[in-house]
Amino acid sequence: MKSERRDRPLPQLALVRMLEFLREPEAIFWTFGFPVLLAAGLGIAFRNKPADIVNVAVVAGQRQSAQVATWLRGDKALHVDVMPEEKANLALRTGGIALVVLPSGDGGVTWRYDDTNPDGRAARLLADDALQRAAGRRDVVPIFEDRDRAPGSRYIDFLLPGLLGMNMMGDGMWGIGFGIVDARRRKLLKRLIASPMSRAEYLLSYLLSRIVILTTEIALIGGFGTLVFGVPFRGSFIVFALICAITGFTFSSMGLLVASRVNTIEAVSGLMNLAMLPMWVLSGVFFSSSRFPGLVQPFIHALPLTAAVDALRTNMLQGGGVQAVGVELAILSVWLVVSFTVALRIFRWR
Amino acid sequence: MNGTALRVRALRKSYGDVIAVDGLDLEVREGECFGLLGPNGAGKTTTIEICEGLLDAESGTVELLGQTWKHHAAELKQKLGMQLQETQFTDKLTVRETVRLFGSFYRHPRGVDETIAMVQLESKAGSRVGQLSGGQKQRLAMAVALVGDPEFFFLDEPTTGLDPQARRQVWDLVEGFKASGRTILLTTHYMDEAERLCNRVGIMDRGRIIALDTPRGLIASLGAEHVIEFAAGEGQRGPDAAALRRLEGVRAVHSSDGHFQLHVEHLHAAVPMVLAELDAQGVTLAELRTHSATLEDVFVSLTGRHLREE
Repeated sequence: MKSERRDRPLPQLALVRMLEFLREPEAIFWTFGFPVLLAAGLGIAFRNKPADIVNVAVVAGQRQSAQVATWLRGDKALHVDVMPEEKANLALRTGGIALVVLPSGDGGVTWRYDDTNPDGRAARLLADDALQRAAGRRDVVPIFEDRDRAPGSRYIDFLLPGLLGMNMMGDGMWGIGFGIVDARRRKLLKRLIASPMSRAEYLLSYLLSRIVILTTEIALIGGFGTLVFGVPFRGSFIVFALICAITGFTFSSMGLLVASRVNTIEAVSGLMNLAMLPMWVLSGVFFSSSRFPGLVQPFIHALPLTAAVDALRTNMLQGGGVQAVGVELAILSVWLVVSFTVALRIFRWR
Repeated sequence: MNGTALRVRALRKSYGDVIAVDGLDLEVREGECFGLLGPNGAGKTTTIEICEGLLDAESGTVELLGQTWKHHAAELKQKLGMQLQETQFTDKLTVRETVRLFGSFYRHPRGVDETIAMVQLESKAGSRVGQLSGGQKQRLAMAVALVGDPEFFFLDEPTTGLDPQARRQVWDLVEGFKASGRTILLTTHYMDEAERLCNRVGIMDRGRIIALDTPRGLIASLGAEHVIEFAAGEGQRGPDAAALRRLEGVRAVHSSDGHFQLHVEHLHAAVPMVLAELDAQGVTLAELRTHSATLEDVFVSLTGRHLREE
């Protein structure tokens, strides 16, 4: 008896890919749970507080200690404690306070702080300002303040497109690379090509399953960012989808390339890390890549993750259209085509 | 209809300096089970993988079901069922999902449940592959070979590493293929397997077929039905082989490392004579065994080595 309704190979292959993924609880956590937790953690750690309070300490036992402390408390951005010098120095070294104020007998003070620490510099400026005003200083230039706290300029807004890009890279490369190397290691790849299976459909099934997983993942991370932290999506959704699709295919192709000849999980793990490490560090996921020296900037901009993250930020935060992300999409496309072509050429099926 | 299902001519393949297959000729007739018997490294797997289209030969031709890999690869794959060495199917998938996946590659597959029933894995159809025993995994490999309803089966060491009960289950399956008129080429280094399953056996050694006949014919070629094996006690000089060979009814004498093997026609006549001769030579025995001649004895007689020697 023949089966009446014949199964088609491509849907079967894609189904099997999805089943393999869904039956791996760890994979589900690392793909969906971890990035959301990371966004939540960093979003909370770097959330915008009404105004950052800086901790400072006034050394006790000096003649003017109480007076200086009172003057400093006049600025609401400073939290002032009076404590012995030894305790204050220890707190400064361990990051509990940002500035030690040491009143001297003649009415002056010494600022003791780490001038390479932004908090230390901020504390010194605030304390200096508070002290001089309290002592009667008058400003010579009239100052007006216009505070802009609109979403889009906070750290979480900067971070979320970076996390999206980083996850597309990790999942694209791992999802394809691990699956293929595992099948080759099990000699399953050899068994599959001994059957009448189409090799193109086999590789395509990986891309199809990645699209489903990627879409879910982007919806989760993006939705979380918008609902919980109010991260803006100012650009067109179609451009956003286009960036995600090209990014997903690019990193999938790179995963295919990394996995094209390797026989063991250990070897592919090493190669994956080798390929991804420069991008984790340089591509501006957690902080702007412009902090690196000008000499390496062309290299950084040629990396696919830099292009993906820059394009996502332009689209989400600045509302840029296709033209605004054209260069980034072109860079990604070059990586896509080159990786895919080379991977197919050198791919080992047995 | 008894045409030729597989015709191999002057096949050669080497890996670096090692010649794996050295000018091999082979014909497998439609509907027969042909066994390639030989020790590890004889070139059996290389030969079968070239026939399966998985490896390219350096020279020589393979004609399978009247077609060649060069011109008819896609059609051939539809007609072949294969079980390869060491295939591990995905642990996370169930037996049914695995068979269904492979079935989807064929134009005229068997039903998934029907295939699973053929290898008697019905009770495991919903189990993950990772939970199967070694014998069950091998039957799954058989199901995957069967699901395309092939005309020709390639089985590469189908029972290596299985326990005796699992081996018998695989043998029953192979006998089922035979009964349905399909052609089978299998490799094995178990002589009992070749004797039981194969219509004809080619004995392979160092990339060549050194003898080819029915199992009975190969054993009969020894000219003796029985084998006497013995070893002299420690520290003795070995017995005089020439004197043993002159005894009536002894067809051949092989010795290695103090172990002697005599091929004889009639056990009841030969054993007293051999013992009397050894006694006369002053040789005492550490061990003495007799058995009916097998393909192993054929291999030893042809090569002077045992099949299981690495």
